[in-house]
Order: sequence, then structure tokens, then C-alpha cells
Amino acid sequence: MHSILKTSFAAFVAAGIAASAMQANAQSLSGDLVIFSDMSNPAPRAVMEDMVARFGEMHPDLNIELTVIDREAYKTQIRNFLTANAPDVANWYAANRMLPYVEAGLFEDISDIWEGAMSEELASTKAALTVGDAQYGVPYTYYQWGVYYRKDLFDQFGLTEPATWEEELANCQTLLDNGIKCYTIGTKFLWTAGGWFDYLNMRTNGYDFHARLTNGEESWTSDEVRATFANWRELIDMGAFVDDHQNYSWQEALPFMVNGEAASYLMGNFAVAPLREAGLSDDQLDFYQFVEITPGIPKGEDAPTDTFHIPSGAQNKEAAREFLRFVVSAENQTLINNGANLGQLPVNALSSVDDDKFLQQGFQMLSSGAPGGIAQFFDRDAPAEMAAAGMEGFQEFMVFPDNLDDILERLEATRQDVY
Amino acid sequence: MSISADSDSQRQRSWYKRNEIAITPWLFLAPGVLFFVVYVIAPIWQSFGMSLYDWNGLGDIDTNGTYIGLENYNKLFGLNGERADRNFQISLWNNLRWLVLYLLAIPLGLFIALFLNQNVRGIRLYKSLFFFPFVISQVVVGLVFSWFYLPNNGLFTVMTGWFGIEIRGGVLGNPNTATYGIIAAGLWPQTAYCMILYLTGLNAVDPEQVEAARLDGAKGRKMLWHVILPQLKPATFIAFVVTIIGALRSFDLVSIMTGGGPFGSTRVLSYYVFEKSLSERGLQYGYAAAVAVVLFLIMLVFISYFLWTMYQDEKEARG
Repeated sequence: MHSILKTSFAAFVAAGIAASAMQANAQSLSGDLVIFSDMSNPAPRAVMEDMVARFGEMHPDLNIELTVIDREAYKTQIRNFLTANAPDVANWYAANRMLPYVEAGLFEDISDIWEGAMSEELASTKAALTVGDAQYGVPYTYYQWGVYYRKDLFDQFGLTEPATWEEELANCQTLLDNGIKCYTIGTKFLWTAGGWFDYLNMRTNGYDFHARLTNGEESWTSDEVRATFANWRELIDMGAFVDDHQNYSWQEALPFMVNGEAASYLMGNFAVAPLREAGLSDDQLDFYQFVEITPGIPKGEDAPTDTFHIPSGAQNKEAAREFLRFVVSAENQTLINNGANLGQLPVNALSSVDDDKFLQQGFQMLSSGAPGGIAQFFDRDAPAEMAAAGMEGFQEFMVFPDNLDDILERLEATRQDVY
Repeated sequence: MSISADSDSQRQRSWYKRNEIAITPWLFLAPGVLFFVVYVIAPIWQSFGMSLYDWNGLGDIDTNGTYIGLENYNKLFGLNGERADRNFQISLWNNLRWLVLYLLAIPLGLFIALFLNQNVRGIRLYKSLFFFPFVISQVVVGLVFSWFYLPNNGLFTVMTGWFGIEIRGGVLGNPNTATYGIIAAGLWPQTAYCMILYLTGLNAVDPEQVEAARLDGAKGRKMLWHVILPQLKPATFIAFVVTIIGALRSFDLVSIMTGGGPFGSTRVLSYYVFEKSLSERGLQYGYAAAVAVVLFLIMLVFISYFLWTMYQDEKEARG
């Protein structure tokens, strides 16, 4: 049985590779290919430009126009250009963040790209790009979330990576007794608090409950949600988080960790680069998976996926599809996600992960340490309106935990409204 | 012969020449009116229309939007026994705070203008230094003030520390103080603006009247109140208009300094409109349009007042 599955899978892959190779040979693409991208930070920008250049070499007759738009500005511009002046390929995000555009008919159904081998290779994110039975985009990268911590501080006080909630609290108490905050966080832009909620809720009630909650199927005033907040409150009452965090962005909260005033940071892997640039060596910096809270619940993880889509108003859909196939190919994903480029995880199961210590740990964690499931992130799993209200509530809770009842009632009212 | 030639030329004068007096004002007005209609009047009607729909701003409103009548307004004000939109109420209250406190810019501006309206060597340099905050971008003002207010290291926090006052979470991190902190930042450039208006007004004060008043024994406060201030009425009017509009439009500082936070306590109506329509997580165009309509109606009160005042002045000037 096992071997049959294996061989059929291999055949599948082989057929897929052959098919895509044939297509690459058979089709000579021509005309214009217009790409709008939000990869505006220096490293992603270089990756994007390099991808376009390599794709251009494969298709010399194709005239590719790449427009890179500032990441924040892109979020507001995308509505206009999808309707009025659609490019052939556009960056966006998976799950609920793409849903409004799919429902408005602005993203092209690209299930045909996903047919065959692709579905196997990209299985981990297929659900996040599926609406109904159709797929509306392809992933190019994702990254793990977890607790990044100062190993040297842990060593100094004889602490080890915790695995259970009790160990986590005990570690935290030791740090606090020595005048060090357990966690740094900057909640000025709200979403960082969403990360804490995701993890506390997934560990307290499990991934499935969390998914139902972000889907609007569970009440915010339920005992389960209250239990999550009760756990959160334990940390807040201890004084585990840095003070006045509502004044800082996530970058402005980094110095607390760099200066040793706070020991750890629940963050996405993108925090590693600035921490290294600030002077922390890999001996000082380490990573652990968020601890278990309710024993026995399969762990779920946050791993947001960034994606490419074809707008339904695209002019050159053939070339766009070919570009998407190129983007998701194993070789390309290995290349663009390595430490010298994006420094994140490739989605394609056949590509290889860079040697970077954090990427290796993250890859291990996501591929074998997250049996519960992989969530996108609070603001991508919940609809926009719910996400906005939710994260505002989380921030308020972190500053005034006594307002909890009021906050939960508000969130429940929003839920009744949104879904 | 000469008479007949004259009447010939009378007849030959073009239609435009004959109606020149009547038409010319309209020609002058035409570009302004055109832009006013296309970019002001039409969008106002559009927002009225949009506010009756449930629409996420994507695609076409007729196909992707649903007509829901006054439902958006019901939601805003909580009319159907529903709970009123708390965020809307916060914005409304904050707008009121802005309106009242922002008017402080007028007396402050007047005070500085009177202070600077002296003949001292290098006075122009002083004047320009006082005017400087209005020249810098609001973004920069916002950033400078957010650093000023930072907890722990911010200059403001250090200063209040001398008096033993400690604001929990810092000025901008505490929902009770954040709005006032932003208004204070906004007053800085606005005061400078009012000051320059008053300085120009003071230039136009009639020296003969001042001289006459002085001969009659007017001095100090009396002189200011009965002689100078009445002559500054046009400047005060403009300062009032500009300040009211500035207060109702207060958006940039909120956006830069707090982004509406902490937990939405510094929202104002214009920022709320942005949040619900164009921001990262706003996909409720219909709802945002309803908020925009409410903001417009509030402005309409002031607009009517300004127009009425101007009309009265015109009438007086002619009569």
C-alpha cells in the first residue's frame, strides 16, 4: 500500500515535470506581461527583479514590465488597479485577505495551474488559496512564527527552553526577579497582539477551535475564549510584557531585546534579520516553538503565506499563468527563499531549505511539529472588519485587562454583524 | 453719412460685444464652477448615494453592492434597537474636542502677533521663526511631537516628571490624554497660521484712527478692545474659518501620531472614514460614505454660517 502510493506519487511528479517541460518548449510566449509587485523592501525587490530577469531569459519574445509599489501603499492601491487598470500578475496574501477580491470577481480562477503535480508539491498551502473548489493564487514564500529569545540571558540564569506553560511561567518569573522583562512587543500597529492571541488560543483550545472562531462559528463570549484570555492575563499580571508597548511599532520594540531589557519576542522569522543587524550573534539568539498549554492538544502554528495572483482583467493570461508556474517551481523557490535572498521558507515540498539555523528549525517545526494545522495569521484568517475590531480589543486588553468583559461583548457584537 | 456709418457699425458689433457686461462674469466663473461641480458637488451626491448601499468598494456598485436604504445610518446611530457604533461615537466626541480646543489657536495667534508687531531690529527674523511651524509638513510636526511625548525618554515625560506627574503609558499611549496630545501638536502650526493672518491685519490698521484714539486718551487694553480689534474683524473671520475647517479635517496628525490608537480612542470622523474605506482592513465603502455624509452635515452648519456672514457683509458694503 505504502509503496504503491509512493510510486504513484512519483509518477505524478514525473508526469507533472514532463508536462511543464513540454509546455515550456511548446509555447513561445510573446506580447507584454505586466507585473505589479509589493516586494518593495531592498531584499525582496532584488528577488523580484531577478525572477523577472530569469523568466525573461526563458522567453525572449516576451516584453515584461515590472512595477514595484511600496508595500503599504500597495494595500490601498490594489483595489483601484484590479478594477481599472489590471496588470497580468499581482502580489497579494492568502486566505481571507484575498477573499473580497475573489468574491468581487477580480481574481482569476487558476485551478488549471494547480491540477496534477502542483497540488502535491504545494499541498501545505492549498487550502489557504482555495475558495469553493477553485484556486485563486499561488504561494511563493512563507515563514514560521515562534519565540525568539536571548540564549545568553537564559544561560546566565540557568534557564532552558520551556516546553510547558508551567515552565514558561517559571522561566518568566526568574527573569522578572532579575529585572528583565520576559517579552518585548510593540502594539502600536495592533497586529503583533494578534500573534499572541493566535498562539494562546491555539494552545488553550486547539487549532480547530481557533479556526472556527476566526470563521465566525464560535462566540467570543464563550468559556473557551475566556480561558484563553485568563492565560494571557497571567502573563500581564506578572508584568511579563514591556511597559507602554502601545507606543511602539514592532521595530521600535526590538531594542529592548537587543539591550537585554527583555528576553524574548514572539514574532515571525522576519525579525531575525534586524536582530542580527543590531549585533546579536547566532550564539546569543535562539528560537523555540510556543509552549504547550492544554496538554494533549495538537499544536497549530502561524505561518503566513505570500502569494501571486492573476487579476481577471489581465490582458496576457497565458504568459501570466506561465509566470506563476515558474514562480512555484521547486528550483525557483529554493533560490528565492535562501538566506541571501528572502531568507524564508519555500512552499514547494520538493525545494530545499537554506542552512540558516532559524529556517531549519522553522522548517522542522512546520513540517513535523505542527500536527494541529497551519494558520495564516489572525488578520488573514478573520475577515477584515473582524480582524480590525479583534486586534484593537487585544491591544486594549493588554493595557487594561479589567476591560475584558466589555471587550468581549464588543467583539461578539462585531461577529454578529460581520458573518 | 457719418451717422449712417455709426449705426452700421452698431449693427455689425458681434453678439459677444453687445452682451459683454452680462457674460464676462460668467466667463470668469466658468472654470471655477466647472471644477467645483465636478470635484465637489458631484462627489457629495455620490457619497449620499453610496451611503445607501452595502458595498465593499470592489468592482461596480450596481453589481457588487446591495441597496439597503438607511441601514448604514441605523447602524451608526443605533436606531433599530441595535447598539450604536461605539467607534463612531468616539470619533464624534473627539471631533467636538478638536473643534473647541483648536479655536485656542486664534487668541494665541493674536497674542503672538501683537507681541511681534513692534519695531525692533531684526523683527522679520523673529516673525519668520514664529511662522516656521506652519511651513513644515504636518508629518514632520507629528513625528517631532510623538518623540516629544515618548514615555521614559521623551522630553515631555521628563518635564512632567519634575512636577511628579506621571501619565500611564505615555501621553499618546493613554486613551485619556492621547487626543489632547494630538490637539496640542496641531495647535502649534495652527497658531502660527493665525499669527500671520493677524500680522497682515495689523499692517492694515489705520494709523490715523490709532492716533485719534490716543489723543482721546485710549491706552493699553482699551485701545486693543475698542480700536484695534474691530479693525481686525476680517482677519478674525478668516482665522475662524480656517481653524474650524482645520479642526474638522484633522486627519494627518491622528494618522501619524497614533493611527487612531490606543485602541481607537483618538479617532476622528475623517480618520474613521479613511479606516472604513481605504485603509488596510477597511472594505466598507457604503458605511464609510455614511460617516462622510454625517461629517459633511456637520460642516454644512459652519459653511452656512460663513456664507450667511459673507452675504451680510456684501449687503452692508453695497447698502
